[in-house]
Amino acid sequence: MTLFFVVTLNGLTLAALYFLAASGFSLIFGLMRTVNMAHGALLLLGGYVGWSVADATGLWALGVLAGGLAAALAGAMVQIGVLGWMQGDELRQTLASIAISIILADLMLWIWGGNTYQVRTPDWLSGGVRLEMLGIGYAKVRISLMIFALVVGVALWLFIQKTRIGAVIRAGVDDQQMLRALGYPINKIFILVFAMGGMLAGMAGVIAGSALSIAPGTDLQFLLSSLVVVIVGGMGSVGGAALGALLIGLAEQYGLAYAPTYAAVVTFVIMVFVLAVRPQGLLGRSEK
Amino acid sequence: MKYLLILIPMALLPLVLNDFWLSQVLTRALIMGTIALSLSFLATYLGVVSFAQVTLAGVAGYAIAYFGPNTVGVGVPLPLIVTIPLALILAMAAGAMMGYIARRSRGIYAIMITLAIGVAFFYFTRQNYVLFNGFTGFSGVIAPALGEGNWGDPKPLYFLSLIVAAICVGLVQGFVRSPLGLAVQAVRDAPGRLLALGIPTTLPIVAAFAFSGLIAGSGGILNVWFQERVSSFSVGFGPIIDILIISVIGGLRHPTGAFVGAIVYVVLDIFAIDLIDRDRFNLLIGIVLLLIIVAAPNGLTQLITDGAKKLRGGAAKSRTT
Amino acid sequence: MKHLKIAVSAIALSAAAMPASSEEITIGVISILEGAFAALGQDGIRGVEMAVADAGGSVAGNEINLVVVSSDASPDSAVAAARRLIEQDGAKIIVGPLSGSEGLALRDLSRSYPDVTIINGSSGAQDTTLRDPSPNFYRFGGDGAQWMAGVGTYAHDTLGYEKVAVVAEDYSFPYTQVLGFMSEFCAAGGTVPEKFWTPIGNADYSSVVYSIPQDVDAIFVALGGSDAVSFLTQYQQAGFSTPIIGGSITIDQTVLSSDASFRDMLIGAPAGTPTVSDYDSPEWVAFAAAYAEAYPDGLGAPSIFAHHYYMGAQAAMLGLEAVGGDLSDGGAAFRAVLDDLEFIQPTGGTMRLDENRNGIVDNFVIEVVELDDGSLGTRAIQVVKDVNQTLGQDLETFLAAGPVSRDNPSCP
Repeated sequence: MTLFFVVTLNGLTLAALYFLAASGFSLIFGLMRTVNMAHGALLLLGGYVGWSVADATGLWALGVLAGGLAAALAGAMVQIGVLGWMQGDELRQTLASIAISIILADLMLWIWGGNTYQVRTPDWLSGGVRLEMLGIGYAKVRISLMIFALVVGVALWLFIQKTRIGAVIRAGVDDQQMLRALGYPINKIFILVFAMGGMLAGMAGVIAGSALSIAPGTDLQFLLSSLVVVIVGGMGSVGGAALGALLIGLAEQYGLAYAPTYAAVVTFVIMVFVLAVRPQGLLGRSEK
Repeated sequence: MKYLLILIPMALLPLVLNDFWLSQVLTRALIMGTIALSLSFLATYLGVVSFAQVTLAGVAGYAIAYFGPNTVGVGVPLPLIVTIPLALILAMAAGAMMGYIARRSRGIYAIMITLAIGVAFFYFTRQNYVLFNGFTGFSGVIAPALGEGNWGDPKPLYFLSLIVAAICVGLVQGFVRSPLGLAVQAVRDAPGRLLALGIPTTLPIVAAFAFSGLIAGSGGILNVWFQERVSSFSVGFGPIIDILIISVIGGLRHPTGAFVGAIVYVVLDIFAIDLIDRDRFNLLIGIVLLLIIVAAPNGLTQLITDGAKKLRGGAAKSRTT
Repeated sequence: MKHLKIAVSAIALSAAAMPASSEEITIGVISILEGAFAALGQDGIRGVEMAVADAGGSVAGNEINLVVVSSDASPDSAVAAARRLIEQDGAKIIVGPLSGSEGLALRDLSRSYPDVTIINGSSGAQDTTLRDPSPNFYRFGGDGAQWMAGVGTYAHDTLGYEKVAVVAEDYSFPYTQVLGFMSEFCAAGGTVPEKFWTPIGNADYSSVVYSIPQDVDAIFVALGGSDAVSFLTQYQQAGFSTPIIGGSITIDQTVLSSDASFRDMLIGAPAGTPTVSDYDSPEWVAFAAAYAEAYPDGLGAPSIFAHHYYMGAQAAMLGLEAVGGDLSDGGAAFRAVLDDLEFIQPTGGTMRLDENRNGIVDNFVIEVVELDDGSLGTRAIQVVKDVNQTLGQDLETFLAAGPVSRDNPSCP
């Protein structure tokens, strides 16, 4: 029974990480209908930069910030330099973002090599705490991860629901043409949203590097998990990303604990099942 | 007629080329081109970019391995006359199933769903030992005997691949002119109108995917004879992206362009190490891909035909399929 | 390094342009020079270059042409690389590949080219040479099971472990490593109550961590690279402190230098490996010095890959020397020399082959130690001499146990 609770806790903490990774992906898609296949690469870039900064300065929080900023900058550059030029041609954008992810992955391999990195956490995040109820030790960083994801989730929700820019973004999700007609600088808003998506991905990368580890391949792993999370939860909604992340995180951990052989397959089966029943995802709106 | 102009010289190539060029460059390009053709077909006529064509090819390849001779002691050997149709039927069935799952998804949604299906299949083959022999997969999958050697030898396999590729191109052209093929294109152009007319869109979509399974499966069978093996590596993310790159280089709206894309890709893949640091091959391929997407969104094939038209002073009438 | 590579490429280009003259012998090299393994694959190439340089760049007056082709760890790419080397570059000798699945693929391929001799690089799959061996495929080195020789006995007899759980990646190489460990450990009286096979590339091991029985004396971890780092971190974070026993690719420099929080936990952990970075035998010291001199920007010490590719290429050089560079008989005489070849390998032992053309090797039990500068390193604590592929067992009995798998061997 203890195992069940522990695995549930693991599922929740993994879900928190998946949520952080997928929220930016979902945000970008929600506004621009762009499937940013370079999202995983941005995440890994954030992780590497965060590691380098944290390693050089010894300040973990600065690493998280730097990772987020680096990925935000890269995201904005991707939108300005490439994807912005093909706005509206979603398929072409998707293909271009695949090309960008291949390029970024190779550049990162060039700079940081094939090694595995782990971002060193400050003392207050290292090691474990004793969970008396379950009679086990549990990693502090994973518990903090849940809190962090909650904070980010609420902040993102407030930003989108309560601020003026958020209202503009929401309007853009509903009717881009109208927003353009009203004279809003939609291209700048696109760049901003791309930067935000990158920021979220970059921070998620540093956190993934603290709780787990980062290496070449991490980009693909998180791209796929983000894809599955938003497909299951529903594209373009923060709530959908959260729900999708919960389902996938839990499924993966139960799978790993009780049926390790097919753990990797379980999540995809859930996805196919959701698609067959509700193609727009659990909380998504109809596609067209 | 214009295809004969291409086929006849290609049939004569074995007279001048050594085995390496014949098998490692041309045969490989023909096989990859056939698989990519199934992607370009879906993209052109159904308007859906599928990332799971390698998966369909893999289904056929695994079927050949499981029901044929192999050296890993897994599977049930069946006579060849059963194995080949069975492999193609399984690939078509897998295609139909995929089409059914993705029936309500278009554009980017379809990309994501097919990608997820492809990756799920990859993980499954890695973990399942009963049907797929896990990570290691099947080896020693020898092509059927032919005289002294077998169909997998350079020259026979080249001719076989050439013939299969030609048949597949012919099949695609026949299919798109058939009533079912026209319905598929109607789904691409105006699904709403079709539904309003009371014509269900599911059947054409499923049929198009199943047909793409037939094409991809043919390529998959050739590939397993060419490699003499099939494993989780053959259906992984790498090959999935390779086939996509080939289709994009050739032009997603030009089914036959898949072969142009394949030859460009194979030559790059083999000879890049002589020109640049092999470490940076992915950088090169990424940049080539990005350039093509940015500068020539319809692929090299379009560039070539446009260029040819300009040379002829634009006199030639353009034919659309 | 870059210059060297360009030089090699230039040779490759000229070899493609004109047929090799009678005074050139083309040796093909297959290694992984792209993706995450590129740094390791590059080290393999260094090993080959060192062996050729040792021979003075030529054998019996015949210039040696090295043609390097990259694979990407997949068997398909290794086969494509080998075909290119054979059909386009005219290589009669190939040194490589790097990884297990590639090795099996080239073993199969070698049957189609009976005139070509393939000498394994560093791939360590057991069946490459054990079951259904190919007459022209050689491995001057051990397999994954041989690389664990000594560890099972050490863990049971010296460290006193009775019960060990296994956490390993779910594919053939870790199966083989687990066999190497368990065959000794179980024979000594130990038990392995549970094995956890996890998918490659799994990042979150937290649920596996809590599933490991609490009453085991140690955990045998056969995970590579980032998987090992992830598992060890999460194990440590969960507050467990059961000792670790490492596989050959678990306790490598990637893991030791990863600067992670689990490092203290690793100190004293034993592991099995054929290559020890700071072994103090005179042969190894000389080899490491030669490596450091030739490649100032190489790794800190020759890796398992440099070591094994070196031995493969060295065997090729010695074989060519013996036949005066003459391969005109389809390499039959060359292979006859290889069959009975004996030479001193870089770790000081004598390398020779069994009847399946697999190396009889010396293996090391090492342990993780903290170096003076605070970083982690390894120290050889035991050398096991003359480990053959059946780990000292009778061939019939060994084969009768069947191929390694998730459930074989078993001693719960």
